[in-house]
Amino acid sequence: MRFNDALLGLGFLALSIAVLVDIQGFPSFQGQSIGPGAFPGLIAVLLACCSVALIWRGWRERREQGVIAVGAWLSSPRHVRNFLVTVGALVFYIAAADRLGFLICGTIILSSLFLSLRVKPALAVPLAVLLPLIIHVMFYKLLRVPLPWGVLPVLY
Amino acid sequence: MLATYAQAFSLVFEPYVLTVILCSAIYGLFVGCVPGLTATMATALLVPITFFMPAVPAVAAIVTATAMAIFSGDIPGALLRIPGTPASAAYTDEAYAMTKKGQAEVALGAGLVFSAIGGLFGTLVMITSAPALAEIALKFSSFEYFWMVVLGLAGAVFIGNASILKASISLLLGLLVACIGLDNPAAHPRFTFGNTELTGGVSLIPMMVGMFAISEILRFMVHLDPPLKLATEKIGNVFKGMWGLLTKYKWPLVRGSALGTIIGIQPGSGADMAAWMSYAVAKKFSKEPEKFGTGHVEGIVEAGAANNSALAGAWIPAIVFGIPGDSITAIAIGVLYLKGMNPGPTIFIKNPENIYAIFLVFILANLIMIPLGWLTIKVAKTVLRVSRHILMPTILLFCIVGSFAINNTVFGVVLILIFGLIAFVLEENGFPVAPAILGVVLGQMMEENFITSMIKSDGDPSVFFTRPIAMGLAIATFVILLWPVGVWLWRQRRSFSTRRSV
Repeated sequence: MRFNDALLGLGFLALSIAVLVDIQGFPSFQGQSIGPGAFPGLIAVLLACCSVALIWRGWRERREQGVIAVGAWLSSPRHVRNFLVTVGALVFYIAAADRLGFLICGTIILSSLFLSLRVKPALAVPLAVLLPLIIHVMFYKLLRVPLPWGVLPVLY
Repeated sequence: MLATYAQAFSLVFEPYVLTVILCSAIYGLFVGCVPGLTATMATALLVPITFFMPAVPAVAAIVTATAMAIFSGDIPGALLRIPGTPASAAYTDEAYAMTKKGQAEVALGAGLVFSAIGGLFGTLVMITSAPALAEIALKFSSFEYFWMVVLGLAGAVFIGNASILKASISLLLGLLVACIGLDNPAAHPRFTFGNTELTGGVSLIPMMVGMFAISEILRFMVHLDPPLKLATEKIGNVFKGMWGLLTKYKWPLVRGSALGTIIGIQPGSGADMAAWMSYAVAKKFSKEPEKFGTGHVEGIVEAGAANNSALAGAWIPAIVFGIPGDSITAIAIGVLYLKGMNPGPTIFIKNPENIYAIFLVFILANLIMIPLGWLTIKVAKTVLRVSRHILMPTILLFCIVGSFAINNTVFGVVLILIFGLIAFVLEENGFPVAPAILGVVLGQMMEENFITSMIKSDGDPSVFFTRPIAMGLAIATFVILLWPVGVWLWRQRRSFSTRRSV
């Protein structure tokens, strides 16, 4: 999905203005001209300059670029679904990992991704159960990463 | 020196480290061979595991895996016309054309043998030049370091990018991310939005996993290409005729290795740029340039050597100055810091045995590349049949665990999601990601040296230009910065004068 350069430039310009506003509240040292706000401020000013150049370029090429050029995948429901399931899987893990535990979350994430990618269910489901188990043993047991158990009892 | 090498030898040649090297070699060969999994992604995914190892095996794992991945990226290039890693893209068409002509073994053999030679060449340059450079670097103060960082960042933006404007924006975004957290001269919590997880700054490793692995997975998910199809099932003896190629193309080999090393040293441009430039140079100086693109091995010799030598070259500024030469060494620098091996010239004084151990690993990795690479080519048909529909979701799960493992909080997963999406959108819109990574890695160093210098000079910026080394570095920076302007002016003048003469 390609946005027109001017749109992106406006976004970056807004970001740099937000930074410049935010650093006004930063403390300064007595007798020093340079405080914690100096470096981000300098970068924000440079970013603002680049954004203006980008906006100008996007505006000049608005005929060729259009406002938003939709990538081919956005008109294919299957690929849009794949994309959304992937992002959804991460959001789901962030929201539910502590409550449900790694094994259950991992199984749900893998099975939904496999099915979305059209892996045969006879293969997808056993893999979705087995792979999180292997990863869990590897990281929890061997590398001692405290992956959450969630609703399951501590098994090993 | 010899005693240190003996010590380094005993650090590397012990069963645990050798096992790590072997495993990461196989891992690197596999990842490089599968289209859509890049060498940078291999490194980013390896870091959470190296997190649990001592310093030498941790770095050994990264060095080995990347060297292998850069070579094995040639395999799908020759067999499927899809480069396994971006570093192979320069000569993918050439290699595929050779396969079509029934010379798959020559294309792959040249990729393998000359990758190893190029890698060894780069390593040799690193071994000889890094300690000498460190001697010079010891004389550096905050002024010189400031210019070194600026020079590195300017190179990352101005060399080899299609749009300098977009590369600059990418760099500035990276520098802004580096500002997040308490780690600034005043220890004031900047841009943390009241989030305690952000007070320590954005964790480098989850960010890299996001930018290089998650964005790659997302790109795979929206890929519309037809399924992979092997161009040939038959691969003969890959070593046949290699000696003949070696004697025939010894100059392209040396040229490719040397150019690759130099491009590697230059911050911001890594193996992929080295391959593209060497391929172009090979064509320019070839006696038979008309054969290029029709399945001619010369370009593969030169560019194949270049991309592996760039890998070693990139480590030189990383070790000596703590300034990464490409995105892979940017990740590796993070690992060095985690392991207490803070890069910089003093590393040659404080723990030289560890650095010499890294040198030995480089040599070892490039040597075992030949037998292991041969094996990989043998089983390539099977590896290329591994379903990416099963692989990609599994890698996603690995990313989740890996990013969690660094700080043991789910916030790591939040970071990979955010940075994965950002990198995906940026790349879709033609923004290169490498400058952003360098910005994040170098932002803090740049600010620290800038502030220290300004306080030392009592707010007088002219000191940045009056010390001799600092002035030299400043001039080099301005040459890079003003180069495109100069070229533009020159072109304008020339087109103006031609118009007048017409």
